[in-house]
Amino acid sequence: MTTIIDIPDVATTGPGAVSRFTARHAAMMPTFAAIAILLLLFAGAEAFLRGDFITGSNISALLLDNAYLLVMAVGMTFVIVTGGIDLAVGSVMAFTGIWLAKLLADGTSVAVAIPVMLIGGALIGLLVGVLVQYFNVQPFIASLAALFLARGLAFVVSLSSIKVEEPAILWMQSTRFKLGDWYITPTGILALAVVGIGAFVMHSTRFGRTVYAVGGNEQSARLMGLNVARTKVLVYVISGFCAGLAGLVLTAYSGAGYPRNGIGTELDVIAAVVIGGTLLTGGRGYVLGSMVGVFVYGTINTIINFKGADQSWTRIIVGVLLLLFIVVQRVIVARAERRHN
Amino acid sequence: MVAPRLTPDNGGVDEARPLLGLTGATVRFGLDAALDGVDFRMFGGEVHSLMGENGAGKSTLIKAITGALPLDEGTLVLDGEERHFRSPHDAHAAGIGVVYQEIDLLPNLSVAENIVLGREPRRWGVIDQRRLRERAASVLEELALDIDPRSALGLHSVAVQQLVAIARAISTDVRVLVLDEPTSSLDADEVAELFRVVRDLQQRGVAILFVSHFIEQVYEISDRLTVLRDGKLVGEYKPHQLLRIDLAHKMLGHDLSEFRERTRTTQLNETGPLYLSARGLSVAPGIVGADLDLAQGEVLGVAGLLGSGRTELARALSGVDRLDSGTVEVVADGQTVNRLRDALKAGVVYSSENRRTEGIVGELTILENIGLALQAQQGVFRRIGPERERELAESWVEALDIRPPDVDRLAGTLSGGNQQKVLLARLLAVAPKVLVLDEPTRGIDVGAKVEIQNLVAELADNGIAVVFISAELEEVIRMGDRVVVLRDGRVIDTLEAGLATVDSVLALVAQPDEDVE
Repeated sequence: MTTIIDIPDVATTGPGAVSRFTARHAAMMPTFAAIAILLLLFAGAEAFLRGDFITGSNISALLLDNAYLLVMAVGMTFVIVTGGIDLAVGSVMAFTGIWLAKLLADGTSVAVAIPVMLIGGALIGLLVGVLVQYFNVQPFIASLAALFLARGLAFVVSLSSIKVEEPAILWMQSTRFKLGDWYITPTGILALAVVGIGAFVMHSTRFGRTVYAVGGNEQSARLMGLNVARTKVLVYVISGFCAGLAGLVLTAYSGAGYPRNGIGTELDVIAAVVIGGTLLTGGRGYVLGSMVGVFVYGTINTIINFKGADQSWTRIIVGVLLLLFIVVQRVIVARAERRHN
Repeated sequence: MVAPRLTPDNGGVDEARPLLGLTGATVRFGLDAALDGVDFRMFGGEVHSLMGENGAGKSTLIKAITGALPLDEGTLVLDGEERHFRSPHDAHAAGIGVVYQEIDLLPNLSVAENIVLGREPRRWGVIDQRRLRERAASVLEELALDIDPRSALGLHSVAVQQLVAIARAISTDVRVLVLDEPTSSLDADEVAELFRVVRDLQQRGVAILFVSHFIEQVYEISDRLTVLRDGKLVGEYKPHQLLRIDLAHKMLGHDLSEFRERTRTTQLNETGPLYLSARGLSVAPGIVGADLDLAQGEVLGVAGLLGSGRTELARALSGVDRLDSGTVEVVADGQTVNRLRDALKAGVVYSSENRRTEGIVGELTILENIGLALQAQQGVFRRIGPERERELAESWVEALDIRPPDVDRLAGTLSGGNQQKVLLARLLAVAPKVLVLDEPTRGIDVGAKVEIQNLVAELADNGIAVVFISAELEEVIRMGDRVVVLRDGRVIDTLEAGLATVDSVLALVAQPDEDVE
């Protein structure tokens, strides 16, 4: 006879609303933490700066100044949730931005120039995706190659900045829809629309759920009959496309294309996404969380500017926050593993 | 030998025609036939067990049925129709579901999503969350499972995840359900729950292919069983017409007299002087004030429920985890063992229950795996010559009968039993005094299990002290010269070999603490 003796584990989730809530929303905890930090930052800044901080124009400026980051963070969230990484976004943004400026300066119609630069961004993403999926290249290496490629292409287009005089592009930045002290520009609306669409795709489409499935366990996702290959390629295409869109937003914002834009910005984007509660190992994260992450990043920047302190403090504070969040994530993962055993 | 065939008489099902039939099924890998002209059939509404040692062709047969491998020869007939599955997707569409041993679900998604992923109800391309949850809830309800469909899968126990995997498999129109080692990590109550679900599906006419190395469970649940050996069909039997020992015989194909014998030849009074003495071992929260003595040449069995501190005790003894209090002392020289390094110096080596994650390095060859411990003992800077290393590895492979006897083979490609042997070889290569073995026979087939047990007994006869931990009480009792019984992190009794029986040990581990309440 074989007697296996082990403790029975009751096959139900424990009773009580609290445990049910945590069972359902455990993955959201880091994002809740990010929201708490954002509120804390707001409250702290408000107290510190004697009520000068939380004003309509400041908050509006937060969205305006960080619209390009926000757009890239949405694309990056898709990639990181599958367990990948896209280091190329900063360069792609610079390349598409300068290309747009160049096309417009050469007299190309804006209706042609914008789709062309967006497709250019998506194609670089496609290249990364194909390398990752079909040539089994590490996402880090594949996107690093694309980083150099896009940066090189940006310098091929122009070595110096090109001013944009196209009214449609300038309109995107200069138009302000006002409500009292608050305002929003078309670039801000674009960024929020990208967030909305990103969140919708992630949560309510089969593709979006497959993104989470791939991040949870790629092998299982494949055995479940999900289209893993297509999903993995597509997330990089989305990230490249978003970087292209960020190129458009940044060109509108600065009124010019510049080939040295966005050096190191990919790391800011990754930092914002991680602070927003997305697990670097994949499978967990939210587009809305990444938006919170971008705002945390932007708020720190704004506070430093307000104080007139050195910009390096932004880096230091973001670094500390990032460290904190990665530790929090490790703890969450470790606890999950312990429960598993 | 003509394999005996039975006619079905389990009532109500199509007498003449099996739901699923394989005829002359052959699958080759290169020149070797992993499956060689096997006839196999299943009827609707029956639980059919597939038995055989590792390498007998069970997995290959399953893969052929579920479309993961194409048949090189032979035919597969489902419900009277000849089918050629080109992918698991094909087989699934035809109504063949499978739940693998390693649960292939997604811990980061909700229970509901895991059940319906890939088949989500949609409206204009948008997933209808409410209908999704309703559909999942109705499947769970069908199986009478009380699981919150919205909770994250990863928060549930392995048993619940297994049941969710079954729920996923039956959420489509499944006619044949393959359960590959579904009970390997479940406890008795969880197995009972699983069997309830299996019987329920059986009532509904689903043909269930059950693969398990727990013979007792096979006898409990099966209507019929098919035995494979070396890729060939041995025969189809009814459990109540086949004695367990005959089944083992058919699976192994050679005389298994040693299987019945008491494995240990040496008795306690012949064991050597006391080697290791542990006093008041405590490691929060696993063990509280445990005392243990270990003599040279004895096998100390450790019995206890999961969570009683079995593994914690093993890890504390071998210096893997730091002690909160208490001492482990080498009696001869009075040295205490505080850290892993001390333990290795005192000759205490530990084999983890997680063979794949904390034992064998699957990406290295047998040679390199065995070499690891030696190199660790030598220090990084003193190189062991490659010839010497190979010679050592080859001698261990021969001594422990590791198959295939090819030291350049990747350890990850070996069967569980052979991986365990490689691990043992690695531990033995440093000439240990004390072997701490945590579940060394878990998840390996009967033949390999007997070999490991014999090997452990032989080592003890040669003067090595062995701490032997297993969830199987019979094994602990058969192996141990003494059996230490753990409950809630305490040593509650130590039984001499002759006095310990399954019932007496069970009574001890199950007895509630008086001082609680």
